Amino acid sequence: MNPTTDSLKTTPAEPVELWELRLYVAGQTPKSLAAFANLKRLCEEHLQERYVLEVIDLLKTPQLAEDDQILAVPTLVRKLPVPIRKIIGDLSNTERVLVGLDLRPRASGGNDGN
Amino acid sequence: MNETDQRTHPALPKSPTGIEGLDQLTGGGLPQGRPTLLCGSAGCGKTLIAMEFLVRGATQFGEPGVFMAFEERTEELALNFISLGHDLNVLVAQKKLSLDFVRVERSEIEEAGEYDLEGLFIRLGHSIDRIGAKRVVLDTIETLFSGLTNTAILRAELRRLFRWLKDKGVTAIITGERGETSLTRYGLEEYVADCVIMLDHRVSENMSTRRLRIVKYRGSSHGTSEYPFLIDEGGISLLPITSLGLKHVASSERVSSGLPGLDAMMGGPGYYRGSSVLVSGTAGSGKTSLSAHFAAAAAARGERCLWFAFEESASQITRNMRSIGLDLEQAIQQGCLRFHAERPTSGLEMHLVTIHKQVQAFQPRIVIIDPITNFTALGSDAEVTAMLTRLIDFFKQQQITALFTSLTSGGRAEENTEAGVSSLMDVWLLLRDIESGAERNRVLHLLKSRGMAHSNQVREFLLTGHGVELRDVYLGPSGALLTGSARVGLEAQEEAQSLVREQESSGRSRALERKRAAVEAQIAAIRAEFGVEEAELKRGIAQGDARAAMLAGDRVEMGRQRQDDAPAPAATEKLN
Repeated sequence: MNPTTDSLKTTPAEPVELWELRLYVAGQTPKSLAAFANLKRLCEEHLQERYVLEVIDLLKTPQLAEDDQILAVPTLVRKLPVPIRKIIGDLSNTERVLVGLDLRPRASGGNDGN
Repeated sequence: MNETDQRTHPALPKSPTGIEGLDQLTGGGLPQGRPTLLCGSAGCGKTLIAMEFLVRGATQFGEPGVFMAFEERTEELALNFISLGHDLNVLVAQKKLSLDFVRVERSEIEEAGEYDLEGLFIRLGHSIDRIGAKRVVLDTIETLFSGLTNTAILRAELRRLFRWLKDKGVTAIITGERGETSLTRYGLEEYVADCVIMLDHRVSENMSTRRLRIVKYRGSSHGTSEYPFLIDEGGISLLPITSLGLKHVASSERVSSGLPGLDAMMGGPGYYRGSSVLVSGTAGSGKTSLSAHFAAAAAARGERCLWFAFEESASQITRNMRSIGLDLEQAIQQGCLRFHAERPTSGLEMHLVTIHKQVQAFQPRIVIIDPITNFTALGSDAEVTAMLTRLIDFFKQQQITALFTSLTSGGRAEENTEAGVSSLMDVWLLLRDIESGAERNRVLHLLKSRGMAHSNQVREFLLTGHGVELRDVYLGPSGALLTGSARVGLEAQEEAQSLVREQESSGRSRALERKRAAVEAQIAAIRAEFGVEEAELKRGIAQGDARAAMLAGDRVEMGRQRQDDAPAPAATEKLN
């Protein structure tokens, strides 16, 4: 899986691919505000002009929590391209976000860390 | 347990699970509005008990419930529970139940920074509010530990979750996987302090038994032992041991044992309805025949009898009973008798289930279990006793008269072998072989019979071509029991003696007659003689009187002639 996504990233000759991102939050908490800011910055940096970002406040639409399998907030979901990816947290760890979005190859150590 | 029933702890309201045995154990159910931890190893029935709690809550107690599954998809759950008799989809459609599968897959989740589990709270809160749930199950929330790496956050959030559940006022079951050293792998017991129930699944001698134990129940008394439970099409059956409450109504109605002789030993009418009867004896002592009489008597009264045969097939029993003149075939055709014959190979629990199910289906008034000895191969003495206790309780609650046969091995003291079981029984009949005079003969003792005056006499137990007969036993000259041909010999001897005695006494009475006749003849002769004498004496007396009168007359005459003055007028007056 990694080689293909890697090639996707490294060959800009591919037709423009739309990234559909959703950020689930629960109200205007410091964490959700931080997550939004971090995400906005990342997208501008790596996905200029080829992403759609939707912010969903679960306090307003709680039924979506079940539909989209949301557990933690904030959660960033990459709906497209498939496969679906989920990144939880305030997205302050840029490295992990990029790995999670397959914008950067995974380290050999896997997804441990902290 | 009774205290809670009588509401001496009004401070602790309880949520009934609807699982009968469990409610008995907990004195009414789980702590209402609080979380309960249900822990146990894989496959021991956590999910099932939890779901049963919700389904029964929704259907029996009008309390809708939310099931949050972390391990199984909702479709899988629905499918699993259909095979156990619950259609979850119907309940979901009726808004009595809400199923939510929470997918936690570590490979799909990347953690990048601070987060909390508000999403889970919102989800759960939404489900609860949508159907007005009073009950919640989280199965198994520990899955979060495998999906999320930041345990510090996780623990803080779990603590918050349980507090939140309490604030919501829902009665919750949180399941947890059994840990190596602690109750749960991730120490959930730390957060759920009100009630902890442990499930266990053990295999001993190739037989698996599930058990339930209440580790802790804050603010309530509870049964502390391990209680076996079963899972079958009807859901969970947990049958706690009776000591928690012996409440069944004792009937004073009596049912015949099928043997007039035995009924007579119990003072006439027979066993009390709903009592448990143990018939123990060595091989071939007639236990099954005794049972067959009981069954036949029930059929004759038009009552249903269910016979669990663990050693013989139904046709073998009916054939054998025909040889002693009992036609069970007819009872079977009438629908009054049903056999359930199988080898006891499965575990004790399965037997309990089988018996329960068969009894529920056939609704008999009499149950025969022949023999219970075969259970002992399936478990330890204690387990068998526990199982029988539950069985007997079940029968008593249903007012079913139960007859258990038990094989005692020769050489052991019969009274000892059943020590564990006999105390549960109301009536205990012991069949014994007595060997004397190159014969083995059967005798029956009525060792115990609760609540009735009963004979202390041993009876000889005869299997004849027209059924079982009970005979008084004979005591020989030395005081020894005489049975079989010795008894027959003695009977013959006594008969001969009595004939002689009869002859003797009739001879004597004839002699007496003769004597009486003789005496009466003598009396008649004497009386005749006396009559003669009397007549003579009377004649003599009469003559004497006449002479005296004559003399007096002469004297007056003489006086008149002598011209007597003085006495003459008086004498004259007197005479006139």
